[in-house]
Amino acid sequence: MPVILWSDALVFLLLAAGIACAWYVRQREHLLLPWRRVAQSATAMVSLLVVSLFLLVGLLDTLHFQAALSEKNSGETVYSPEVLSVFDLLVTPLRTQTEKTYSAPLAVTLYAKESIEMPDGKVLREYPRLRYGGAHLTDTQRQDSDILWRGLTGALAGLLAGLLIALVGKRWLAQRGWPLRALLIATLIIAAIIGMTAKLAAAYHVLGTDKVGQDVLYLSLKSIRTGLIIGTVTTLVTLPLALLLGIAAGYWRGRVDDVIQYIYTVLSSIPSVLLIAAAVLMMQVTIDTHPQWFDTSASRADLRLVFLCLILGVTSWTGLCRLLRGETLKLREMEYIQAAQAFGVSSLRILTRHIMPNVMHIVLISLVMDFSGLVLAEAVLSYVGVGVDPSMISFGTMINGARLEMGREPMVWWALASAFGFMLVLVLAANLFADTVRDAFDPRLNRTEMVA
Amino acid sequence: MLAYLLRRILYAVPILIGVNLLTFALFFVVNTPDDMARMQLGIKRVTPDSIEKWKQQHGYDKPLLLNNAANGTDKLTDTIFWQKSAGMFVLDFGYSDDGRSIGREIATRMGPSLEIALPTFLIGLVTYVSFALLMTLFRATTLDMAGVALCVLLMSVSGLFYIIGGQFVVSKLWHLVPISGYDGGMGGFKFVVLPIMIGMIGSVGSSSRWYRTIFLEEIGKDYVRTARAKGLSELAVLFRHVLKNAMIPILTGVVVIIPLLFMGSLLTESFFGIPGLGSYTIDAINAQDFSVVRAMVFLGSLLYIVGLILTDISYTIVDPRVRLS
Amino acid sequence: MGDILRVSGLITQLRNGARIVDDISFSIRAGETFALLGESGCGKSVTALSLLRLLPDGVVRAGGTAQLDGVELFGLHEREMRAVRGGTAAMIFQEPGLSLNPVMTAGEQIAEVLDLHQGMRGKAARQRCVELLDQVGIPDAARRETEYPMQLSGGMKQRVMIAMALAGQPKLLVADEPTTALDVTTQAQVLQLLRDTQTASGMSLLLITHDLGVVAEMAHQVGVMYAGQIVEQASRAQLLARPLHPYTQKLFAALPDATRHNQPLAAIPGSVPPLGSITRGCRFAARCDQAWALCSEQTPDWTVLEDGQGVRCHLYQDQGARGKAQEIGSGGKVNVGWVERSDTHHSLNAGDGYRCAQPILPTSLLQVSDLQVYFPIRKGVLQRVVGQVKAVDGVSLEIPQGRTLALVGESGCGKTTLGKALLQLIPPTAGSVQFAGRELIGLAARELREQRATMQMVFQDPYASLNPKMRVAEILEEGMTALNIQSNSAARQAHIDTLLDQVGLARTSKWRYPHEFSGGQRQRIAIARALAVSPQLLICDEPTSALDVSVQAQILNLLKSLQQELNLSYLFITHNLAVVEYLAHEVCVMYLGRIVERGTAAEVLRAPKHPYTQALLSAVPRIDGQGVERIRLEGDLPSPANPPPGCHFAPRCSHVNETCRASYPPATSQSATHIVHCHLYDDGLDNKGQKPIALS
Repeated sequence: MPVILWSDALVFLLLAAGIACAWYVRQREHLLLPWRRVAQSATAMVSLLVVSLFLLVGLLDTLHFQAALSEKNSGETVYSPEVLSVFDLLVTPLRTQTEKTYSAPLAVTLYAKESIEMPDGKVLREYPRLRYGGAHLTDTQRQDSDILWRGLTGALAGLLAGLLIALVGKRWLAQRGWPLRALLIATLIIAAIIGMTAKLAAAYHVLGTDKVGQDVLYLSLKSIRTGLIIGTVTTLVTLPLALLLGIAAGYWRGRVDDVIQYIYTVLSSIPSVLLIAAAVLMMQVTIDTHPQWFDTSASRADLRLVFLCLILGVTSWTGLCRLLRGETLKLREMEYIQAAQAFGVSSLRILTRHIMPNVMHIVLISLVMDFSGLVLAEAVLSYVGVGVDPSMISFGTMINGARLEMGREPMVWWALASAFGFMLVLVLAANLFADTVRDAFDPRLNRTEMVA
Repeated sequence: MLAYLLRRILYAVPILIGVNLLTFALFFVVNTPDDMARMQLGIKRVTPDSIEKWKQQHGYDKPLLLNNAANGTDKLTDTIFWQKSAGMFVLDFGYSDDGRSIGREIATRMGPSLEIALPTFLIGLVTYVSFALLMTLFRATTLDMAGVALCVLLMSVSGLFYIIGGQFVVSKLWHLVPISGYDGGMGGFKFVVLPIMIGMIGSVGSSSRWYRTIFLEEIGKDYVRTARAKGLSELAVLFRHVLKNAMIPILTGVVVIIPLLFMGSLLTESFFGIPGLGSYTIDAINAQDFSVVRAMVFLGSLLYIVGLILTDISYTIVDPRVRLS
Repeated sequence: MGDILRVSGLITQLRNGARIVDDISFSIRAGETFALLGESGCGKSVTALSLLRLLPDGVVRAGGTAQLDGVELFGLHEREMRAVRGGTAAMIFQEPGLSLNPVMTAGEQIAEVLDLHQGMRGKAARQRCVELLDQVGIPDAARRETEYPMQLSGGMKQRVMIAMALAGQPKLLVADEPTTALDVTTQAQVLQLLRDTQTASGMSLLLITHDLGVVAEMAHQVGVMYAGQIVEQASRAQLLARPLHPYTQKLFAALPDATRHNQPLAAIPGSVPPLGSITRGCRFAARCDQAWALCSEQTPDWTVLEDGQGVRCHLYQDQGARGKAQEIGSGGKVNVGWVERSDTHHSLNAGDGYRCAQPILPTSLLQVSDLQVYFPIRKGVLQRVVGQVKAVDGVSLEIPQGRTLALVGESGCGKTTLGKALLQLIPPTAGSVQFAGRELIGLAARELREQRATMQMVFQDPYASLNPKMRVAEILEEGMTALNIQSNSAARQAHIDTLLDQVGLARTSKWRYPHEFSGGQRQRIAIARALAVSPQLLICDEPTSALDVSVQAQILNLLKSLQQELNLSYLFITHNLAVVEYLAHEVCVMYLGRIVERGTAAEVLRAPKHPYTQALLSAVPRIDGQGVERIRLEGDLPSPANPPPGCHFAPRCSHVNETCRASYPPATSQSATHIVHCHLYDDGLDNKGQKPIALS
């Protein structure tokens, strides 16, 4: 039975909006022009490739369902209370093969010694074998060669698959003048990494396991969706607020401007972490005092995520609003606006036809630039305790959980490293892409030939 | 000019009232004191009696806005709003859940916070501006490109990583300074040096890149061409002409945070065990001590507004166009 | 006579290889002025920046040599070059407002040069600063030395720039459009200052300009640039008497003035080719009406005629062609008209000629009386209104059907505000605006909308007046939709086609976006947009001031033919008196929010009465070189927030007396159509003898 959580619905809404915008832009040559500039940049396209992979994981993880249980209750199908996603289904072994507790990446034994009772009654202090990681090995001595062999064959298979994709896509890319070589190399590298990981993950815990024995690779991949949602769904709140209030303040000035400026000065005067903390604390009280609202724990965690996006949105629209107000103040003095006023064109029409299209580049630049900041903010907020629900898998909760083990000797480093590593790749790719987008859209960075 | 400043200061009053009303609504209207009591006491063992008792203990047993039971001015003053919110205007923050005066706590904790935040701010500012100037001087060369790439990389790393990584490498591997702790006076130096360095590195990427953008924007202006046409060297152009003009946009972002330095940094302080306002806030959030959070929200806004006014004043110092109009 | 600067084979290009300056050679003699004349985008500024090695990022010098005072500039080390910049060669720029550092005082900026090139510091430097400021004619120099650029007027800023340039005692001053951003009376002051300085110091001047008038007034030698090349080089006298290159000839012919009131101007079709687009043949061939097959195939060589005049044109490459050139050139007495017609040299005196042949129609289309537009000045803690900026202060005028009224004035006089107030884009404070007998002020929004179709506006900047995100068709349709002009969309499309035909654009342009058009074409679109709702009156706010001379001629021709075709009335707001002479029937001269003189074009321009009008007219550089006696205006336009008591012009007027300072002069009629506000004419027509200066 498919389940559509609140956040899923919002993601679908965003996706639809994104596709609609892309279609709209495709129809208009002058809107397409800056995108062509983006497409010519090798950095941007490689970053986009990486980001799209993350998006793919996130989207697969967004298609939720409840599995039907085998037993029937008086003819009616009974569904498991556990809400799963298509992504969970795809990586089932990762999800279900949990160990007892910590184990290092690619290990075959647990991280800590345990007392094992031997068949002969003696008790040994020994590193117990893992239930799944390297369970196929009869001889642990062969572990290294097995890993090497699996890694190599996996990488090779990945490379082949990558080559296949590259061959198919090559002609298509060449026609558009996209950076062929960079994309090719990136595809091959990524394909090899994925191949290697997939092959290894079938038999080992590639990134180890956490305190309760869950596979860290699985956790990291699941965290992607949370990060992406925080980074994108928030814009559903910021965008309308900033756009409407910003251009309204700039266009009408006077009293309207005073009121809007007052609102955003009040909001931005409260340090954002504190405002978020206060709001989240109050939300927590509401959620805790109304347990009857939620039928599954997933839906409770999800609603908290949506609320977090909402709160982040409410606290972060002011910057964009100020920018748009300033730009509108400039635009409203443009002569084409006055020409429209001379025709008696209504204010609403001037706003939508003349002002909005001419501030969209600012909106776009600010959205792509904000994305990475929001992903990073999630980790900090979850650490502070005002982020996502503790039961929700996210980079922040991963770091928070792993941080407590910092003091252990030797250190349990892999959960931290994976969380930071995945975050770094995602945020770096997003930042590099955002940079190119800004360069391509910002009219102040003049690319055209200079005027003599 | 004096009138201008006076007007800015007067403008702060309605903003603070707005903040106060907003926090009041957030803390008392979204959830009633009953909800809060239930939450604090735990859902299971809650009885109407224990709720009442909790409310009485913490002073939430009054009407929100208007007390019809009271007489005269008490109608207004003997309410939650008056006692919990309005008092903050005279910096009366009340008591935390464990019964301590929030005001006194703030006063004692400001010192340690400032001890970390101020050096971080100053060293940081000098570093960022120098780095940005260096990139601007070598603009459009490999050095500049590498600098920007480094900035983007540094920006993409989570702030938590800098702290955890720094503690791990510097304290745990190299044993250079203690992992955490705090000591007043000169002996405390070893405790603060790492947080300061990490705080500085944490925003080197975004700040330097931002300053570089500002410098590049300035350097494209006509007066820079005039300065070059005089025969000034590129360094002189950068320091005497560009830097002076770039100060104006830089001040906008910098001066406003100076008062907020008192608030300390949430993450750094909690990781390094600094007894400042940042860790105070974190502890309050974790303990769900609403009185403290409310006080910190108000204090933060107050300091931000002071920062806005300071920004205005700094404009009049740096920019003759503001000073003379 | 020694050459101070010798440039040869200079090539400057973008990094992608497109040449901005393509093989330029010229030299400047000591103490002389060499003018580089050309339209925007021809590479003249880049030439200057190449010489001082100040090229912006992305532009590089790719060849050529330049000797300044015997020193090869392109061989110098950057450190040595810095000694040249500001020392041997100084430069001043077009926008004095942007070229001075806003956060440094005038004195500090000059002192920098003194420190670098004269080794002067401290008190001595300060003293020298004041001297220099004094020398460039800044009153109260000691105080101004400590002031910031924002406290100085535009003209004063350019004087500070000149003082800064002079501080290094340069042998060559490069002036890049030094007066383009200034008003005509200020321009006259600055040009005079440059001439005086040159005489006093003996420096050479490389003057970069697009203004033929400035060239005629300043230059000894002239190089005409087109698309990165010098196409003609001659002494001023030679060039004015006999321009050789078809481009130069067209430039002269495109200048509007009264002598061509009845006929279209010679516009150059098309626009300057984009950078690097022409590698073979003459760059002007596509726009030249004398071009033949050879012109587009073979690049013409530089040809020097016997008298030293050089030209790059196939017409002059053999002897036969040279004879032809002289034949072409010998037509005109001084300057204009040889390409066009020979009958243009009738003199125009007040009262005769085309303009006054038609009597003024009794019913006027637009009648404005006592219009006021005030903006409140707010001050203090509570932002109380403490005063008014009287941008428009009691203006009355009328425009009959099918006629053009020119509103002339310098920047800041309130002429644009007046135009916008007529359209109710800015709410007027008081007064009355009647269109065809109907009062517009105080109309409800809906009633006003009905009236909007009757009056439309064409704006100054064609780059800011078209929404870059809308197609031409959408731009033209906007007014029709808003005012319900053509009800169905087919009719609208047909109307758009007609409009595009009318303004001379291809019908296919309607599917394109503004950025695909040149400045002139954009202005045509803007005119078509205004015409889309079939207005009876067009308010044209400096519609050609952002355009090159040759393109300006196209637009003026278009406006004129549209007027005849559609019987339009124009309110033509401008500061360019040459355009007024060409286009206007009546003229109003505005000073500080008030109209100081109005009458028919012939009356106002040929026999101006008000001292301000006279000063304005005499400040215009003339290409005929016939010097009218120059009336120099002192000081700057006062602030409209605090106008001088009495006659606003009194503080700058050379005929001022006690009455002027005491009371504002009433209107005095000079003829049935000619009215002037000046105490000199208080007694009406009797004291003609007191006319301050008799203009020829």
